[in-house]
Amino acid sequence: MAKRRIEPLVWLLFTSGGLAAALLFPVLLLLFGLVFPAGWVSAPGQAHLLSVARFPLTRIVLLGLCVLALFHWAHRFRYTLYEGLQLKHLSSLIIFGCYGGALAGSVIAGYLLLPGL
Amino acid sequence: MSANYTEFHPRWYRPRMSVFWWVGRRSYLVFVLRELSSVFVAWSVVFLLLLVHALSQGGAAYQRFLNLSSNPWMLALNVVALAFVVFHAITWFNLAPQAMVVRLRGKRVPRSVIAGAHYTGWALLSALAAWLILG
Amino acid sequence: MADHIILQVTRYRPERESEPTTQEYEIPLHEEWAVLDGLNHVKDQLDGTLSYRWSCRMGICGSCGMTVNGEPRLTCATFLTDYRPGPIRIEPLRNFPVIRDLVVEIGDFMRKLPEVKPWLIRDEDAAALEGELLQTPAEMDDYKRYSMCINCMLCYSACPIVGLEEGFLGPAVIALAQRYNLDSRDKGADERLDVLSTAEGVWGCTFVGECTTACPKGVDPAGAIQQYKLTAATESLKSFLLPWRSP
Repeated sequence: MAKRRIEPLVWLLFTSGGLAAALLFPVLLLLFGLVFPAGWVSAPGQAHLLSVARFPLTRIVLLGLCVLALFHWAHRFRYTLYEGLQLKHLSSLIIFGCYGGALAGSVIAGYLLLPGL
Repeated sequence: MSANYTEFHPRWYRPRMSVFWWVGRRSYLVFVLRELSSVFVAWSVVFLLLLVHALSQGGAAYQRFLNLSSNPWMLALNVVALAFVVFHAITWFNLAPQAMVVRLRGKRVPRSVIAGAHYTGWALLSALAAWLILG
Repeated sequence: MADHIILQVTRYRPERESEPTTQEYEIPLHEEWAVLDGLNHVKDQLDGTLSYRWSCRMGICGSCGMTVNGEPRLTCATFLTDYRPGPIRIEPLRNFPVIRDLVVEIGDFMRKLPEVKPWLIRDEDAAALEGELLQTPAEMDDYKRYSMCINCMLCYSACPIVGLEEGFLGPAVIALAQRYNLDSRDKGADERLDVLSTAEGVWGCTFVGECTTACPKGVDPAGAIQQYKLTAATESLKSFLLPWRSP
């Protein structure tokens, strides 16, 4: 009977999250983090953005992006702490903090994007 | 494995790996920076959710968000975050071909084509997102 | 006027010192000499007490791996003139215990290698009746580059995880497992899965990629490991979504 392992599935989340974040965050951060605040292009109106965000497909894409990106961070940061700071002995605490944090963030994202909008 | 030297069994030299093993070598430093980019990916999620929340709360809340994002510290943070997120994207698209075997009609697709497909997808999605946002 | 170059060589004599030291040797700088030729000159003409491993001197036996100017290199494939005017630092291969001078202890690797069963696994009952096993060139291409490994362990020296995690199987071992997993004649992928899909196996790897950079034979162990992660992850998905499936 093949063993049921969780680590490979967590890795799949990490990989999907890495791809999603790579594809979408550069343009989002460029616009909302630099271009609009710096005034190079005037920021779009709240009504327009809200209607874009409320569109069902947008909500699903944004929710997927947030959840996957959070688990991407959790997995990668966990190993950064193991290797970079050699904190492997705090493994249980790190796992709880990283994936727990990602789970909490996912719940918040779910609330803000689904019923919240 | 005895720690003491005995005539016919030498004491092996086993240095401990320094916590700063990644500082001395360029390739290791680049690797650790790549790994740290994940922190800025997480920040991007937070920033995005702040925006979404502000949008749902009305025009005044959205204006407060815009003011917050114009704050010099926030702007500086987001410039750094943008740099790291772009670094993440570039390293991801450059490494992905090494991690996957793609076959088309029995032949292996070359790595440059796989990377090219990623970059093309990135450009198209970014253009689509920008078009939707700018309206 | 004959050219010379200085070699700064690590010495470690456990019978009289507890830490390695450095000794300098000045050797002739011949255009065609590899670092290994320089070491052989030292041993033959200057200092017969220097200890180091070498054999084929042509990049196929994997014996002469050392750290040259901070990089893991085969000393038979590294030329003195590339480091002109020198000096050249020669240290033992990193991430391994040092026995003496430039000689390192490789028992850890030798114990890990058989754990992944790096041989063709076939159904025992059928074996006697089979005769020849046929393979197309395309099938051989699937695993060929992973068969190029000469067990020189430069990849272990380059990999920080090998230094940090004692149990990590390491690049060459996993690449060699893949050499058999991808061989069309092999039926042992399931047996290797339990060894490879572990924290000491592929999941310990964070794709630093230095192993592939260091490899003198173009094996690309990093690629082998990442590709196997997808295979192992797919197997895990199937075990959760299709639990009735026999492994």
